Amino acid sequence: MKKLISMFALSAVIALPAFADGHKAKVGMITTLSGGGSGLGIDVRDGFLLALKGNNNIEVVIEDDQRKPDIAVQLADKMIQSEKVDILTGIIWSNLAMAVVPAAVNQGKIYLSPNAGPSALAGAGCHENYFNVAWQNDNLHEAAGGYANSEGYKNSFIMAPNYPAGKDALTGYKRFYEGELAGEIYTKLGQKDYAAEIAQIRASGADSVFFFLPGGMGIGFMKQFAQSGIDLPVVGPAFSFDQGILQAVGAAAMGVKNTSQWSKDLTNDANVKFVADFQAEYGRLPSLYASQGYDTANLLASALDSAGINDQDAFRSALKKADFASTRGDFSFDTNNHPIQDIYVREVIKEGDVFTNKIIATGLKSRSNAYVDECKM
Amino acid sequence: MSISLFLEQVLNGLQFGVMLFLMSAGLTLVFGVMGLINLAHGSLYMIGAFSAAAIASWTGSFWLGLVASLMAAAIAGVIVEIVIIRRLYKRDHLDQVLATFALILLFSEAMRWIFGAFPLFLDVPDILSGTLSLPLGIEYSKYRMMIIVVGILIAIGLFALISRTRLGVRIRAGESDREMIAALGVDISKLYTLVFALGAALAGLAGAMVGAIQSVEVGMGEPVLILAFVVIVIGGIGSIKGALIGAILVGLTDTLGRFLLPSFFKIFLSPSSATDIGSALASMMIYILMAAVLIWKPSGLFGNSAK
Repeated sequence: MKKLISMFALSAVIALPAFADGHKAKVGMITTLSGGGSGLGIDVRDGFLLALKGNNNIEVVIEDDQRKPDIAVQLADKMIQSEKVDILTGIIWSNLAMAVVPAAVNQGKIYLSPNAGPSALAGAGCHENYFNVAWQNDNLHEAAGGYANSEGYKNSFIMAPNYPAGKDALTGYKRFYEGELAGEIYTKLGQKDYAAEIAQIRASGADSVFFFLPGGMGIGFMKQFAQSGIDLPVVGPAFSFDQGILQAVGAAAMGVKNTSQWSKDLTNDANVKFVADFQAEYGRLPSLYASQGYDTANLLASALDSAGINDQDAFRSALKKADFASTRGDFSFDTNNHPIQDIYVREVIKEGDVFTNKIIATGLKSRSNAYVDECKM
Repeated sequence: MSISLFLEQVLNGLQFGVMLFLMSAGLTLVFGVMGLINLAHGSLYMIGAFSAAAIASWTGSFWLGLVASLMAAAIAGVIVEIVIIRRLYKRDHLDQVLATFALILLFSEAMRWIFGAFPLFLDVPDILSGTLSLPLGIEYSKYRMMIIVVGILIAIGLFALISRTRLGVRIRAGESDREMIAALGVDISKLYTLVFALGAALAGLAGAMVGAIQSVEVGMGEPVLILAFVVIVIGGIGSIKGALIGAILVGLTDTLGRFLLPSFFKIFLSPSSATDIGSALASMMIYILMAAVLIWKPSGLFGNSAK
C-alpha cells in the first residue's frame, strides 16, 4: 500500500512541474489499519486521501501501527529519519499519541491530529507544532453532560475504560453534568463483556447511563445492555455510534442519544460534497472519523497554498488561520491549537435498512476546551 | 450490596468461566497430546464467530450459524493441521510459536479481506433475548444462562469421551507415550488430526456464542487466547479437568474482582482513588491468581509433575 502510494506520488511529481517552490510537503500517516479498531484508521485514511485526490503537492506515506504504542514509535522514528517527512498525522488512540507526538514536535515536525486529543497535549504539554483538527478528548463528553442536564437526569451511572481518553471522558461529563452519580466505573481497555458492570447498573438505582466505550467495546456493551432488560436512557459520545459500528450493534442502538462535532446530515456545502464524494468513492457512508481525516487534509492543503513548509513560522500561522471549508461548518483554532466548534446531539435512527444518526439539538455552541489557560505558548 | 447482586455476579463469573473452558479445552488437549503450542487457537475462535455471523445473516437463523461455526472451525482446523501443524510436532516450541503466530496474521488478514474491517452483526435469537426470573429476585439473561448450560453439557461430554470411549483411551495413551501407541498400530496422525479438529470446533463454538453478545471483529481471538493460556497453566497443561476448574476459577476471580475490589477500597479511600486502584488491581487479579497457584503447585492444579 505504502509503496503503491509513494510510487503514484513520485510519478505525479515527475509528470507535473511544481506549483511553487517549497509549497510541497511529505506527510507521514501512522494509523491503525489492521486488527481491532482498524475501522477507525481506515476511515481516517480514506477521508484524508479523498480530500487530496488530484492534489499533487502532497505526498503521503501510510503505515499501520496495529494499535500498539511501541510500533507507532518505531514508525514515527522511521518516517522522520529515513522518509524525511515534514508532517505527521493519523494516530487514532490517545495512548499512542502520547507516545509519538511529544517526541515528533520536539524534533521540529508538525503534527496534525485527526482524532486523539488527550488533555496532556492541550494544557501544560501543548506545543506550537501540534494542531488538533478533531476535538479535545473532553469535548463530546462535556456536551453529553450538558445534554443530561437539559433532559433532567439527576442520578447518572458513568463508565469508561481505564486509559487516558477514558479518564478525560468521565472528567468531561462531570464538568458539565450537575446531578448526582449513581456509580462510576473504569473498565479494562479492550474489555468485551460487561455482565458485571450491567448488574451493578441494575442495582444502583440510576436514572440514566453515560458511557464511553469506543470501537468493539461499545458494540458488546450496547447489545448486552439491550438484552439485560434495563430500561434507562443512554447517552454517549459518537464513538460508539459511528457509521461503521452502528450496523454491528443493530436495533439495540435505536433511539440512543449521542454527541458529535459532525453528522452526516449537516447541510453546509462542504459536508454535502464530502458525503456524496465519499459514498461515490468508497461505496459506504462516511463516519465522523472519515470527516476528521478529510478536514485534516483540507486544512493542510489550505496552509500549503499560502505558505511553504520550509518557512515554519509562516506555515504555522497559515495552519492556525484554519482557512478551509470544514465539513462541520464553523471551525477555528483556539490559542492552544485545539478547535472551537459546535457539538451536536444526535439520535440513532434507521434509514431504510441502514442505521444512522440525525441531529436533534446543539449541545454546546462554539465550544473550546477546559485546558486553554494552562497552555503557555 | 444485596445478596441477589452478588449471586448474579457469581453467575456472570460462571458464564465467563464456562466460555473460557470451551477455549482452553482444545488448547490443553493439543498441548497435552501433541506437545504443540498453538497460538492460532484464537483465530479458530474468530473463524467460528465470523462464519456464524455470515450464515446467520444469510439464512436468518442463529442456530444454523452455530452449526456453521462448529463446522467451519473444525474444517479450518483439519486443513491447518494437515498443511502446516503436522510438520511442527517434532520441532521445538520456538518454531511452533513462530509458525502459529504467522497463522494468526494470515487468518486475521484473510478475514479482513473477505468481510471488511468493520465489525459484523450477530444477535441472539429472539427466543433467548430478555431475562429469566430466578429466585431471590435475580433477573438473569436467558442467553447467558444458555451459555452456562451448553458449556456444562460439553464438559460432561468431554469427560465421557476421554474416560469412557476407545477414542478417549487412545488420546490418553497418546499423551503418555506416543511411540508406544504408534507401535501398537494406532494411526497416530489420524488421531492427531481428530484431536486438533475437536479443539478447533470447540473454539469456534465459543467464538460464535460469545460473538452474539460481544462484537464479531478481526482480532477478537487474541485477548481470549491469553486468558486461555492462563487457564491451562493454572489447571495443569494437558488436563481437561484442570482446564474446567482453572477456567471457572479465572472466570469467578475476574468477575468478582472487578465488582468487589472497587467497593472494598471505598471503605478507606476516596471514591475516585478507590475506583482507580480497584480497577487497576482487578485487571491484575487473574495473573496474581496464576502466580499464587504456580508458587503452590509449579505444574498447575492437575498437572503431571513427572513431566
